[in-house]
Amino acid sequence: MPDTLLDVADLRIHFPTSDGLVKAVDGISFSLERGQTLGIVGESGSGKSVTSLGIMGLHHGTNAQITGHIKLDGEELVGATPGRVRELRGSKMAMIFQDPLSSLHPYYTIGAQIAEAYLVHNQVGKKVAHKHAIDLLGRVGIPQPASRADDYPHQFSGGMRQRAMIAMALSCDPELLIADEPTTALDVTVQAQILDLIWDLQQEYHSAVIIITHDLGVVAELSDDILVMYAGRMAEYGSAEDTFDQPGHPYTWGLLASMPRIDEARLERLVPIKGTPPSLINVPSGCAFHPRCRYAGFTGGRSQTEVPELREVSPGHLAACHLTGDQRRKFRTELVLEETEASTARMTQGEA
Amino acid sequence: MTARAPAPHPVITFIVRRLIATVFLLIVVSMITFAIFFLLPRLAGQTTRGLASQYIGRNPTPAAVHAIEQQLGLDAPLPVQYGRFLRGIVLGEHFNAGTSKAYCPPPCFGYSFKNQQPVWPMMVSGLPVTISLAAGAAILWLVGGVAIGVISALRRGTLFDRFSMGVALAGVSLPIFFTGLIALELFSYKWPIFPNVQFVPFTQNPLLWARNLVLPWIVLAFLYAALYARLTRAGMLETMSEDYIRTARAKGLPERTVIFKHGLRAALTPIVTIFGMDIGLLLGGAILTEVTFSLHGLGLFTVEAIQNQDLPEILGVTLLAAFFIVIANLVVDVLYAVVDPRVRR
Ligand SMILES: Nc1ncnc2c1ncn2[C@@H]1O[C@H](COP(=O)(O)OP(=O)(O)OP(=O)(O)O)[C@@H](O)[C@H]1O
Ligand code: SF4
Ligand SMILES: [Mg+2]
Repeated sequence: MPDTLLDVADLRIHFPTSDGLVKAVDGISFSLERGQTLGIVGESGSGKSVTSLGIMGLHHGTNAQITGHIKLDGEELVGATPGRVRELRGSKMAMIFQDPLSSLHPYYTIGAQIAEAYLVHNQVGKKVAHKHAIDLLGRVGIPQPASRADDYPHQFSGGMRQRAMIAMALSCDPELLIADEPTTALDVTVQAQILDLIWDLQQEYHSAVIIITHDLGVVAELSDDILVMYAGRMAEYGSAEDTFDQPGHPYTWGLLASMPRIDEARLERLVPIKGTPPSLINVPSGCAFHPRCRYAGFTGGRSQTEVPELREVSPGHLAACHLTGDQRRKFRTELVLEETEASTARMTQGEA
Repeated sequence: MTARAPAPHPVITFIVRRLIATVFLLIVVSMITFAIFFLLPRLAGQTTRGLASQYIGRNPTPAAVHAIEQQLGLDAPLPVQYGRFLRGIVLGEHFNAGTSKAYCPPPCFGYSFKNQQPVWPMMVSGLPVTISLAAGAAILWLVGGVAIGVISALRRGTLFDRFSMGVALAGVSLPIFFTGLIALELFSYKWPIFPNVQFVPFTQNPLLWARNLVLPWIVLAFLYAALYARLTRAGMLETMSEDYIRTARAKGLPERTVIFKHGLRAALTPIVTIFGMDIGLLLGGAILTEVTFSLHGLGLFTVEAIQNQDLPEILGVTLLAAFFIVIANLVVDVLYAVVDPRVRR
């Protein structure tokens, strides 16, 4: 029996604004087991952060309209009292954010900020909490944690700050850890260390982890499952292997093509998908991706008129696209050939 | 093995450094003030005799003027005069105005020939009034302004927010003379809740002291509270959308803790600076309030000194005001280092 910790079903998070209704998240479903990692990938504005803040109950107090289900260990969080969600927040589920400097309070020491997270959920004294904070700092790899605990965030380096954020998130042994672009603000060399740390800690704590990123490369090794989001909807959802080996959605193909390759020392890292992310108020009709999709003309007009349902492209692997299986395989093969040719051309050019 | 002394706390070293700097600053400020009073008139073509006659006040006799000129050594080089002035502060000084002889005990900040009194004791006698007025008003506007600002920020767009921000706008733009006279008219004459406002020393009757100061406090505080409410509101709105507030919520802290410990803590930091500055400059506001309510404090003393063209008194008050501002600056810097760890370097 799978040990499901988080079950999200048909989650919708809409914001009424003066310009219209922003459908930031529009029908997302996924589930996550203990000890597993889900990678959520998508361009800027696709609703990744809004989804994770929704799970954490952090839209409370804004004008967000939330429907659907978020079940944490069987407990429904949509519509739960703010007080109950607050109890779970920081204890059963925790989150780390993109920019560790702005996410830490500038006026409190690192140790105090970690201890605070522990104190609020545990009936312990300040001394015990401080000691716990030092332990945690040691565990996330901060040297001399006892003295560094008295430092302020501005005295830490970027990577150390993110380690401190992780320590804070881990202070109550959360069962669910959400990392929203945990490495985007960091140097490339530090990025790998932080991802390794998250990986190690997950093994140690057996917690469920959601990693959010723009960059498929980041989640490639870490994730068990991958959810690709586009315009607040699910484009593709499946195991990491399936998603990488036989991606079922043209948008995912684009993301994969824009991944940095190890075999090519190229400077322009990204081949961005042509066009701009869609408006979330006037979402394009039919498949939201159709204005940017080079295969939109092969579906007999359905791409423009009919919202594609999520369909199994292989067992347990879903994609929302009208292309038939044959079309998909054909286009994918063509694309891979194209890319290989292009990269060979670039490499020979580089040698010449 | 010898035990090494533990390194002093960074705040302590910071305070010591700033204290030393403050002493130098005070010396420089006193030099500049001195130069303004003694040098500028001469550069403007004023004779030493003319200057001396200003020292005495109105309608001086030539003999007295001459005596002052001699006594003050107004024709001596400026550094000598400054040295003498400093010596007076430390040791006191004897004045001989021809007709009258006077001793000005230390700290001698000059001698008013017009009032036949040393300046320092006169200023000191006005201090309790001004300090009572300033301290009460400062507490009132700080607490009131910040509280209104916080509530306005948390209930942005509500009736409370609009109403208090409207009143705040009025408060910032209305002069003390106006609000003061209105307050007197309404609450002292029409409905005599606070009749005949006059200063009663705290030590004599604390209740009467407070009661008689309520109107001046409110009038003086109103001006500043309005400003502080607006500043606090803007600061709170800004900090409550910071990432670290989201972090605080993500930890599961109660909203109360998020608002006060994380939000207000950060929003207050710039307010502390402005508060210190305002305290230092408060004499300006105190002057108007004291005149409006006829309270015999330092403010009224200043006005009278200027009206009488009593140069030693004006010099004394100027130095004292400068001293307050410098000290307020020091306090602000120290407070800032206490509240903002990034300032300690
Ligand atoms: N409170 C809000 N009111 C209105 N619109 C909002 C609100 N919060 C988020 N949005 C909108 O929702 C959309 C999705 O935002 P979100 O932050 O989830 O994107 P993201 O996928 O995390 O992007 P990024 O990779 O840049 O972090 C954005 O267009 C954003 O403008
Ligand atoms: S449904 Fe049409 S537009 Fe959307 S991804 Fe598939 S082919 Fe492209
Ligand atoms: Mg985001």
